[in-house]
Amino acid sequence: MKPTGMRRRFITMERIFTTGLANFLRNAWLAVAAMTMMLVTLTIVLFLVISNATFSHTISQITDKIDISVYLKDSVKPADKDKLINDIKQLSNVKSVDFISKDQALKDYQDQNKNNPDLLAAISQTENPLPATVQIKPKDPNKINDIRDYLEQPEVKRLQSDETSYSGDRKEAIDKITQATRFLRETALIGVIVFTIISCLIIFNTIQMAIFNRREELTIMRLLGASTWYIRGPFVVETIFYGVIASLISIILVGSLFTVASSTFEATSLGLLDIGYASDYFSQHFWTILTAQMGIGILIGAVSSVLATRRYLKFKTTK
Amino acid sequence: MILLDRVTKTYGRSNAPALDRISLHVEPKEFVIVVGQSGAGKSTLLKLLTREERPTSGKIIVGGIDYDKLKDREIPLLRRKIGVVFQDFKLLPNKTVFENVAFALELVGYANREIHHTVPKVLDIVGLVGKEKRMPLELSGGERQRVAIARAVVRQPRILIADEPTGNLDPKHAWDVIKVLEKINKYGTTVLLTTHNQEIVNKLQRRVITLKDGKISSDRARGDYKT
Repeated sequence: MKPTGMRRRFITMERIFTTGLANFLRNAWLAVAAMTMMLVTLTIVLFLVISNATFSHTISQITDKIDISVYLKDSVKPADKDKLINDIKQLSNVKSVDFISKDQALKDYQDQNKNNPDLLAAISQTENPLPATVQIKPKDPNKINDIRDYLEQPEVKRLQSDETSYSGDRKEAIDKITQATRFLRETALIGVIVFTIISCLIIFNTIQMAIFNRREELTIMRLLGASTWYIRGPFVVETIFYGVIASLISIILVGSLFTVASSTFEATSLGLLDIGYASDYFSQHFWTILTAQMGIGILIGAVSSVLATRRYLKFKTTK
Repeated sequence: MILLDRVTKTYGRSNAPALDRISLHVEPKEFVIVVGQSGAGKSTLLKLLTREERPTSGKIIVGGIDYDKLKDREIPLLRRKIGVVFQDFKLLPNKTVFENVAFALELVGYANREIHHTVPKVLDIVGLVGKEKRMPLELSGGERQRVAIARAVVRQPRILIADEPTGNLDPKHAWDVIKVLEKINKYGTTVLLTTHNQEIVNKLQRRVITLKDGKISSDRARGDYKT
């Protein structure tokens, strides 16, 4: 009695899996080398992703503080003010526009200086000296020229009391940060590529060694009519195990590192790398990260084992 | 069942052909013996039939399968239809007798229950009952040969190819092996046997094809073997 279709396929899949698991356990020491390489690769990738997110977060926090303050003359009519705000909103690089009235400006000033009675006294004796302000937040602080051009037009300039403030000094700092992060990102990316290639090669070699040890068995299997995937499958399963285990270790490693680091440096930020944020990011995206890590690990393993077995599974084509 | 039409196989470019325009037809359920000295082309012939090698020219059709139209991924399916007893047995040294035979069923997806049902029957046919748990290295040459036969027939192939199955055996064991092959042939399997053994050929009184220098020098219905 011959088993049919689906069932036969299921039995075959099960055998491929159990053989792969057995090989994995048998080649444990060989596997350690391959897994270590994969672990290093995956950990670097993970660090790259998290530090990238953290840097972006830091940058956006800083750039959020960048704004352009337009101080209006007291004589500007409400209609002109509304038109100005509307016109500014039409500009492409404008994220948001806030209007701070004279009263609000005074209130803010008083709040900020409530511990300084001299200043409060000085200001309360005169009529409110603070101008109404239009605060513009640009989308991209590096490209404020169109906003500047608009504000420099004579009929707009006419409404302004003081020189407009562009937060110029902060912009320079931001440029430097952006450059530094770009450099870090590129370096890390090169690192990832190099380590991925190395780990592929090592796994490739590991599998080739395993195949070499069992080449007689493979030849026999081939002669008895084993399909390509029946022979290749166990090797692929084996390397997928490498990938899964390496990704789990990598996650545990990085996770515990963050736990330790965030309790040690509690709430302080180490320069640009905001540990608290990085740690939050890690725990918020835990499942995504885990899935992605495993995906990369499995991909590296599967690709290198498929390539490693290919040569041994070819049928003769020469006539 | 087996059809060869002007099949030539040349290894390398400048060498003389190992097989030179061989044409051959074997009916279903036939028992055919191929004889010839070393280098006459016997092994090449068998390797062409199992598609380990491809012919330089000519046509091969086995069990209705045209080898020219055979895709790589169909080769395993072809090999499942042909049972092969290799000259050097090709048993897996780290598996028991039972496991070696079961292996042939495992890789085509038989369930364990079916394997445990089928393998003992076949081991009984080849006379290896009681030796299921032995390792190949603990067996005599004749016993190993019979394990190889059991593995070749356990899937009930329509064709059984046996390459020098008596090569390393003393006369008594050689006869045991031949008797097993005759039994299998009686069940309806086409058997193709290569051998050096003159006594066996003469005693069997079957069709004998003699190869010489890559050509068929004789093909007799009830042949004998002259050296």
